[in-house]
Amino acid sequence: MELSGAEIVVQCLKDEGVEYVFGYPGGAVLHIYDAIFQQSDVKHLLVRHEQGAVHAADGLARSTGKPGVALVTSGPGATNAVTGIATAYMDSIPLVVLTGQVATPFIGSDAFQEVDTVGITRPCVKHNFLIKRVEDIATTMKKAFHLATSGRPGPVVVDIPKDVTDPRITIPYHYPTEIKMRSYNPAVRGHQGQIRRAVELMLEAHSPIFYTGGGVILGEGSEALIALVRELNVPITSTLMGLGSYPASDRQFLGMLGMHGTYEANMAMHEADLVVAIGARFDDRVTGHIEKFCPHARIIHVDIDPSSIAKTVRVDLPIVGPVRSVLQDMLKQMRSLKQKQQQPNHHATLQAWWQKIEQWRGMHCLRYDRSNHEVIKPQYAVETLHKVTGGDAIICSDVGQHQMFAAQFYPFEQPRRWINSGGLGTMGFGLPAAMGCKVAHPEREVAVVTGEGSIQMCIQELATCKQYDLPIKIILLNNGYLGMVRQWQEFFYDSRYSQSYVEALPDFVQLAQSYGHVGMRIERPGDLEAAMQEAFSMKDRLVFMDIIVDPKENVYPMIAAGKGHHEMVLSPDSELV
Amino acid sequence: MRHIISILIENEAGALSRVAGLFSARGYNIESLTVAPTEDGSLSRMTLVTRGNNEIVEQITKQLNKLIDVVKLLDLSDGEHIEREMMLIKIRAERAHRGEITSLVEIFRGRIIDVTDASYIVEMTGSPAKLDAFIKAVHEEMVVEVVRTGPSGIARGAKGLVLS
Repeated sequence: MELSGAEIVVQCLKDEGVEYVFGYPGGAVLHIYDAIFQQSDVKHLLVRHEQGAVHAADGLARSTGKPGVALVTSGPGATNAVTGIATAYMDSIPLVVLTGQVATPFIGSDAFQEVDTVGITRPCVKHNFLIKRVEDIATTMKKAFHLATSGRPGPVVVDIPKDVTDPRITIPYHYPTEIKMRSYNPAVRGHQGQIRRAVELMLEAHSPIFYTGGGVILGEGSEALIALVRELNVPITSTLMGLGSYPASDRQFLGMLGMHGTYEANMAMHEADLVVAIGARFDDRVTGHIEKFCPHARIIHVDIDPSSIAKTVRVDLPIVGPVRSVLQDMLKQMRSLKQKQQQPNHHATLQAWWQKIEQWRGMHCLRYDRSNHEVIKPQYAVETLHKVTGGDAIICSDVGQHQMFAAQFYPFEQPRRWINSGGLGTMGFGLPAAMGCKVAHPEREVAVVTGEGSIQMCIQELATCKQYDLPIKIILLNNGYLGMVRQWQEFFYDSRYSQSYVEALPDFVQLAQSYGHVGMRIERPGDLEAAMQEAFSMKDRLVFMDIIVDPKENVYPMIAAGKGHHEMVLSPDSELV
Repeated sequence: MRHIISILIENEAGALSRVAGLFSARGYNIESLTVAPTEDGSLSRMTLVTRGNNEIVEQITKQLNKLIDVVKLLDLSDGEHIEREMMLIKIRAERAHRGEITSLVEIFRGRIIDVTDASYIVEMTGSPAKLDAFIKAVHEEMVVEVVRTGPSGIARGAKGLVLS
């Protein structure tokens, strides 16, 4: 089969099983777009801004586990994509981003729409390639998908000069079935001796806790995690990125930890004698002040990426390996160890620990004022969303207070239902990510929890939703402020609200309507549930719910900068130190 | 502490900037960096000198290993090793001083490779400390220009940093 470079690019996507590509055409990728036009297996969705294309591919990847694909042109197409690429990089999301480049003879000449894409994206990709010959396309594409999806996943950029895709030059096509790279060999199994020692520590501990992150979701380790944690009868907390990997309604789950985590999760971390970290990276939003972090605990850290281990926090027992196989090996070894040793009842030794935890839990740290019938509390809005969707929707979030409220008040029972930009914290992520989720899961409810700041950063994608009939539900918690900024200014800058008030907001109802969608404004708590029911009953329409919420509500609990897990502020009444 | 790290890396466009970019992005320092292709044309070998405590150097080696283009690396400071650096140094050498400079070059086992009415160029190879010592031995005002390669290193013994 003789194909041109452009046809090879598209054929490679087919051979990788790629169904959807999100993109935006331009000069350097015209040959590729022409090849896309002449086939129907790979469906292209035209976004309205390249950032949206990458976020949409990202949303598809997060909700399915498959690699997302975006296609953009050279120069501004590539630079617009960078925010999306960096977002995926920080959260280890498998993406292949194809960027057009000026023809090879023009590279380096400051040609029209030329930019050094490989140079610009280098610090925020797992790897990138510049293809110089049509003969290299197939192997490079194979490498790109292999790198993006294996080991610690991440985005891979493939920069393709226009002349490489010239339709007049055809060559025989062959797509490699597998690829070996001598410089890239991610771990396939954890060290059995280390795993055994880890299990011994778990069985000896008096106050152990599991602390799990996005790696459990990326590594499909949820099932094994649940089995191990249940059999050990230990408490478990999760990072923002890991929510859903362990069912939130389970008795052993203590909620999210960290800056806006629960009292019970953070106190348990502080007092634990053993912390088992799995697929988590000890991010500063999780640890708080590093010197005050887990002062009594030995730390076991399981991660596929050796450079994540002992990066910010000392680790007593490192295990490098894929989380699922390590968790399965742990369970196996634990069962055989228990049989051999006839241990005193391990569950009995945990009695005192659980009693302590129940006391912390008794503080009900996520309480808020429910007595107000005049103003909608953002927490109430999220709780209502949970109720109306039966807790079973895919929730995409933007970044800010609403993100924390969603994480706290929408308990996730399964992995890949909570889609948010945790690492980079990219405002504008939610709506385009939801497009990717909806395309991949047309049968499932997909909602965006957002703020009036975030939603305006990628609002143009409402047009994409119209074009492809993506009936997403937008839950805008409109408090008229950049809420998280306002909260910090209130706490730490004597309420000097510098530039955090979003004046001149559009009429979101009319805005949604002008894009061809349904808009609603809800201002009273009494109206919210019925309105949301109505919105979700419109199965084939995008409904934009502009929910006017309490402008002064803050996210609690909170650990201020420089504080430890045991120094939380629970409510406005407790003093900020 | 000073560490000297040997790296085998794919001989591809951009590989060097991946290493350099890693160091600047993560705030590690590079004291020196030498790089050239090896006998296997598909591989380059780098010698990189950096400073940091054990935790930092552990992160540096992990982050280097994480680069897709890095095939293999070895922290030479972990064991016995040899370091050599080459220097070309231009020295003011008027008639009156020539004898003194020539004997100094001989003591340090250097070679005079260019002579003009007023100057010598001396080629010298050795440990970085030896080159420092030579520069110190020549009067400061006599030194016109110095160019040094930065050290290259190799581990002692039969084992080598090669593809297995």
